[in-house]
Amino acid sequence: MQVSRRQFFKICAAGVSSSSLAVMGFSPGTALAQAREYKLSRATETRNTCPYCSVGCGILMYSLGDRSKNAKSEIIHIEGDPDHPVNRGTLCPKGAGLLDFVHSPNRLQYPEVREAGASEWKRISWDDALARIARHMKADRDKNFVARTDDGLTVNRWLTTGFLAASAASNESGYLTHKVVRNLGMLAVDNQARV
Amino acid sequence: MTNHWVDIKNANVIVIMGGNAAEAHPCGFKWVTEAKAHNKARLIVVDPRFTRSAAVSDYYAPIRPGSDIAFLGGMINYLLTHDKIQHEYVRKYSDATFLVHGDYDFGDGLFSGYDEEKRSYDKTSWSYQKGADGFVLTDETLQNPRCVFNLMKQHYSRYTPEMVSRITGTPKEQFLKVCEMIAETAAPNKTTTFLYALGWTQHSVGSQNIRTMAMIQILLGNMGMAGGGINALRGHSNIQGLTDLGLLSNMLPGYLTLAGEKEQDFAAFLDKRALKPLRPGQMSYWQNYPKFHVSLMKSWYGDAATRENNWCYDWLPKLDKVYDVLQVFELMHQGKMNGYFAQGFNPLASFPDKAKIGAALARLKYLVVIDPLATETSEFWKNFGEFNDVDPSGIQTEVFRLPSTCFAEEEGSLVSSSRVLQWHYKGADAPGEARNDAEIMAGLFLRLREMYRQEGGAFPDAILGTTWPYRIPESPSPEELARELNGKALTDLVDPKDPAKVLAKAGEQLGSFALLRDDGSTASGCWIFSGSWTQAGNLMARRDNADPSGLGNTPDWAYAWPANRRIIYNRASCDPSGKPWDPKRKVIAWNAKEGKWLGMDVPDMRPDAAPEENVGPFIMNPEGVARLFAVDKMAEGPFPEHYEPFETPIDTNPLHPRVVSNPAARVFKGDMDAFGKAAEFPYVGTTYRLTEHFHYWTKHAKLNAILQPEQFVEIGEDLARAKGISAGDRIKVSSNRGHIVAVAVVTKRIRMLDVDGRKVHTVGIPIHWGFKGVARNGYLANTLTPFVGDANTQTPEFKSFLVNIEKA
Repeated sequence: MQVSRRQFFKICAAGVSSSSLAVMGFSPGTALAQAREYKLSRATETRNTCPYCSVGCGILMYSLGDRSKNAKSEIIHIEGDPDHPVNRGTLCPKGAGLLDFVHSPNRLQYPEVREAGASEWKRISWDDALARIARHMKADRDKNFVARTDDGLTVNRWLTTGFLAASAASNESGYLTHKVVRNLGMLAVDNQARV
Repeated sequence: MTNHWVDIKNANVIVIMGGNAAEAHPCGFKWVTEAKAHNKARLIVVDPRFTRSAAVSDYYAPIRPGSDIAFLGGMINYLLTHDKIQHEYVRKYSDATFLVHGDYDFGDGLFSGYDEEKRSYDKTSWSYQKGADGFVLTDETLQNPRCVFNLMKQHYSRYTPEMVSRITGTPKEQFLKVCEMIAETAAPNKTTTFLYALGWTQHSVGSQNIRTMAMIQILLGNMGMAGGGINALRGHSNIQGLTDLGLLSNMLPGYLTLAGEKEQDFAAFLDKRALKPLRPGQMSYWQNYPKFHVSLMKSWYGDAATRENNWCYDWLPKLDKVYDVLQVFELMHQGKMNGYFAQGFNPLASFPDKAKIGAALARLKYLVVIDPLATETSEFWKNFGEFNDVDPSGIQTEVFRLPSTCFAEEEGSLVSSSRVLQWHYKGADAPGEARNDAEIMAGLFLRLREMYRQEGGAFPDAILGTTWPYRIPESPSPEELARELNGKALTDLVDPKDPAKVLAKAGEQLGSFALLRDDGSTASGCWIFSGSWTQAGNLMARRDNADPSGLGNTPDWAYAWPANRRIIYNRASCDPSGKPWDPKRKVIAWNAKEGKWLGMDVPDMRPDAAPEENVGPFIMNPEGVARLFAVDKMAEGPFPEHYEPFETPIDTNPLHPRVVSNPAARVFKGDMDAFGKAAEFPYVGTTYRLTEHFHYWTKHAKLNAILQPEQFVEIGEDLARAKGISAGDRIKVSSNRGHIVAVAVVTKRIRMLDVDGRKVHTVGIPIHWGFKGVARNGYLANTLTPFVGDANTQTPEFKSFLVNIEKA
């Protein structure tokens, strides 16, 4: 039974209660309060890849915020990408918890330093952190860099500082990391493939 | 993986051994289920634990941790003695017919050339016999006793079913049943696929575990076939990519290698790597090595790299030895390292013997941790009671902790286990002031470069000479870096066969690594990624999931290295005349009319190499064929041999009691003393992962912490009974290096095994807890593990060591 909005108000005005209307199986099309909008319908969908194991499951991330300059996006939901040929929309128990990884209370927020012998962290600026680290690196490199061995071989290596690279980082980050550390002369370089 | 996740559905037999895909790679495991449901495939699981993979298998066999080579060597023996091999494949596509050096020998646990003092081999005799023409001598009849086939047969004749059972604890009938099921796939149109992971790599014989399986795949004729192959299920989302990019002590991008310090001559350095064919007419693709190397140097150093200065060869650091993580932490422990960076890496939790790792970090002057999460490593100096009992005031290391973005907050590509490079996009900003790894590296590099520019210092040349062509130098974009990885033409590239034809104009992105040159006219940051971002754009972002062949190859989904090839060695899916061994699973075939190889995949062969030319399918090997005999490539021998774990529960090696453990494995002074003996630590400890957790990350995520909140260990019912332990009791697990305390799970899943006349119990130790996170705090499992690695890769022996248990 179709009832237009106008008719509905007429019926109401005639003194029939809405609850009895429902009992009669008499449900007006658009007049009553609308069901709450599906939350994801106004979210922005972004395609990504699960960062855990190497199956490389496609994921869809839903965030609030329209990506305009001052609107801060927040990811509110993550699910498997149904178009992905490997996972076909599924996620495992690890991947199903991805949202809680993104929003973990243990996410780091700002640079910190723990001074020698101290028992607490101290917040510092990015500038201070990078300047201090670079100073440490240069001091160690200048002091311990081996340009030539005692028997005259050109080796240009720096062995007293090492680097572990992140195997969940992108290829692009990994490549830039390699370009930097190798050209400083580092050989103590590895990634999780070793373990 | 030589094949890929979806291709598992094409297999007839699936073996999961040295892994547990159902729990560690659940969404990839669906393709095992698919194979069972729609291809009548049978699943075999061989594992010390009755895992969830085992729970849905058609056949399960238990095995003692660390005895896989005995099992697989016994399988080789079975296949040879029962004549269950793919004869034509073995004769044409492997080195079975090659003749081996007269001095090569094996006896009493050692191969020829052993130097006990150095714990290493002189590998001169681990080689082929060569004729006057420089090519290897062969015997097509396989009669010559010195041919690889006969030496292999002789080597594995000792691996009788009785011996296998004695070493592995697998009941003989169960071992034979597995052999029988696998042997059926020796038929040319049947395949077995092997899925493995850290259960094979984390042993002092890890590489040889995998090699033994690879030999079986060659004998069965399974390499290159759809539904076949060797499938390493890798552990991190981009561990394949970082390996491809050479982020290992001795590597450069694209499996190029750094020079040793003795390699002072550039021409000789290239010559040694540009392998010449060992048989007539073979491709020996590494002959192109100089093109890949010079293109990388052009990418890194631009105009500074010239032919005259050997493309800046001197700028690259030269190795005196490999600085793998065990070596580095050994040096750190000796106080010989001053600085260390952990970028998205938690070494205190990930490396063996936590006490030694913590003590080593405490000797650093500075430690920099770059991570999205507060890791244990970043707080190694802080006291967490029983879980990390240290005194901060005594630790002088300056520790910096820099917040980085996580996957959801950054853009770029990751390489899955299938070798597929998939692009992903940013969904939100990172919390607080977190920056992405590239920005952090740029921040450090640009500051250092400025200091060297202004102040000078040790060898500034490479630092000042490194190209940095990024629009915003402090924040190189993923697009710029991806384009650099792919590579471009630096001058117009003219077709050598037709000077009128320009293959790529100066500045254009290259379509493939086939265009790379060694004259400085091309640049490419990683040759195997060449083809991923061409003039057509970003191929890694492609999303066409169409599967025209029905074999699941999806050639237009993202981009697979090399050359968008989805099944490596696919020439071997055809017989020597170019016809598919299995017409129902045709990957490629020789099309005589068109004079080229065609099919659903990119042929792994010179496109116009007619079958009559006899170009072997294993194009990266100078032999052109697969190696059953590893020549000098492995540290401990050309044929895999069973050696006991360094902590063995049986105190001997039943095959050769005088050589018990891997004679070529590196053991540092002091660590030998830290190995436990069975008298004191009678049980085998083995670490593993759970379905609900990922390494040490997900204990920071609430949902996962709720699913598996508290540390536990698994023991079998016999052991529990003997020790008076009930489910839920707290027990102390000790090794010679430390102890952990955890809740006991008493289970039927781990059986007691009869090994060499002894009853051997296994204690299962999941790794996921620590003293940071939202799960209940626990001990780092690596408090227990030994500081010794595989002789080739130095991957630590986490899968088999000795422990004792008692009620806590």
